[in-house]
Amino acid sequence: MMGQSLLTVIYIIAAVTFILGLKMLSNPTSARKGNLIAAFGMTAAIFATIFLYQSEQGHSLHNFGWIFGGLAIGTLVGWIAAKKVKMTAMPEMVSLFNGMGGACAALISLIEFNHMTQGYTGQAGFFSGLHGGTLLIIFLGLIIGSISFAGSMIAWGKLNGSIKDFTFKGQHIVNLLLLAVILVLVIYIIMARPEMTRVYFYLVLILALIYGVFFVMPIGGADMPVVISLLNSFTGVAAASGGFLYDNKAMLTGGILVGAAGTLLTILMTKAMNRSILNVLIGNFGGGGTGAAGAAGAGGAKSVKEIASADLAVSLNYSKSVVIVPGYGLAVAQAQKTTKELEDLLEANGVEVRYAIHPVAGRMPGHMNVLLAEANVEYPKLIDLEEANELLTNADVVLVLGANDVVNPAAEDDPNSPIFGMPVLQVWKAKMVVVVKRSMSSGYAGIDNPLFYHDKTRMLFGDAKKVLQDLIHEVKAL
Amino acid sequence: MIFLGIEVIGRVPSVLHTPLMSGANAIHGVVIIGAIIVMGKAEPGNYLALILGFLAVILGAINVVGGFVVTDRMLEMFKQKKK
Repeated sequence: MMGQSLLTVIYIIAAVTFILGLKMLSNPTSARKGNLIAAFGMTAAIFATIFLYQSEQGHSLHNFGWIFGGLAIGTLVGWIAAKKVKMTAMPEMVSLFNGMGGACAALISLIEFNHMTQGYTGQAGFFSGLHGGTLLIIFLGLIIGSISFAGSMIAWGKLNGSIKDFTFKGQHIVNLLLLAVILVLVIYIIMARPEMTRVYFYLVLILALIYGVFFVMPIGGADMPVVISLLNSFTGVAAASGGFLYDNKAMLTGGILVGAAGTLLTILMTKAMNRSILNVLIGNFGGGGTGAAGAAGAGGAKSVKEIASADLAVSLNYSKSVVIVPGYGLAVAQAQKTTKELEDLLEANGVEVRYAIHPVAGRMPGHMNVLLAEANVEYPKLIDLEEANELLTNADVVLVLGANDVVNPAAEDDPNSPIFGMPVLQVWKAKMVVVVKRSMSSGYAGIDNPLFYHDKTRMLFGDAKKVLQDLIHEVKAL
Repeated sequence: MIFLGIEVIGRVPSVLHTPLMSGANAIHGVVIIGAIIVMGKAEPGNYLALILGFLAVILGAINVVGGFVVTDRMLEMFKQKKK
């Protein structure tokens, strides 16, 4: 009995560390400590569970060999993966870890269901004897966990480029139908307890996995941050359902906390893009918009004006204010350190350099901030969207490094554009805009960008890192 | 609890969105506790439960450890430039 009280106390402490940790994570000065506090609470909860947990019949846990073996393997794999991953591949990593958590939740449901039904040998009315609430929670963990797992795997594949966008006609309807079938099946099982319950259970599992795939498949890269955040909160809910199952405070708090925080983060992100969650959920971005925009892009054989890096070096060096707009291209080219080098060089020559950060630039919210922080760019130099737009009106040169959709004026003046209404960085208000891009191909949203044909715009084609190195060379030669 | 989640994340500078998402990602790894319980309860002869549970513990541990380590790595960078 003593042990059980102690366990409860440790769970409550763990729950408090999660809340505290998350709170501290939202402040730059305390963030790192917050992460460590939550990690400490988690470790305590894990070991307390192993040694103190007792089932309702008063049995302690066994199979320690399996448990510690699993912990050791998982810890090793997780640690190495986390240490080795490049900062630019961070979104993929988070997505992958999230998928692991989702799969874990689904597996728990699977085992508990097998456990519940293991006495079944065909006797009539067997399933009516099962506790409805428990069954519901098991289904909840199974479905949400599976969707989160399958979805995260697709998101991971899409971010590292191994899975391409895939849509077919009527996909929204198929998705909604799938979801409806899953719901109806679960309600049917819980209300009617058919003899086929086991078969239906696995059917639900398979349908949930398929739904997870279909759910993320049509969503373009521009929406990936939103999707990962959403899947993150899904896994939170799946973990919370495990908390209900075992009446476990730590799991409940952690799960619900992440579920709520993740949902809010998702809403904040969709707001930044001026879209609704439903809109993202149905996977609207890829479909109609791409076709229309693709046609427009092909039709307009408009000319762009290029600039040589020597000329740009002169413009940069003799301007008062330069604003850099980083995007995913910068991450791909691993050019964050080179960017910082150029910044240092220009600042030494008396040029004021600032970075305008769009909330959804890159593949995750804050992705650019993390990258630039890696290159030791100072925090106050990173300017948020609203302030940046004021700054941009006075800027002499705006250097757009591998960003596209977040600087697309169509979002403001073309009601037919799929991104119409999304707040963008108004780079065209500056005196001169230079876009560094690998080619004329469209951005991740797959739409044409009128900015490239703007009078003030000059294009500089090439890999961001290569271009920046040339620029540094030219500025030094001045 | 839901309100707590909203209150906690309500006023976050966008710089911290990625670490925050990653930190939250690590915290939902708490699901590993469920995996440990399931594993520890499984009868030694029930290989299906043992294998699935073993897998669940591994996946949960990857989620927890990977999540916290990655978050720490990101935040470490914010620290450096504070000097």
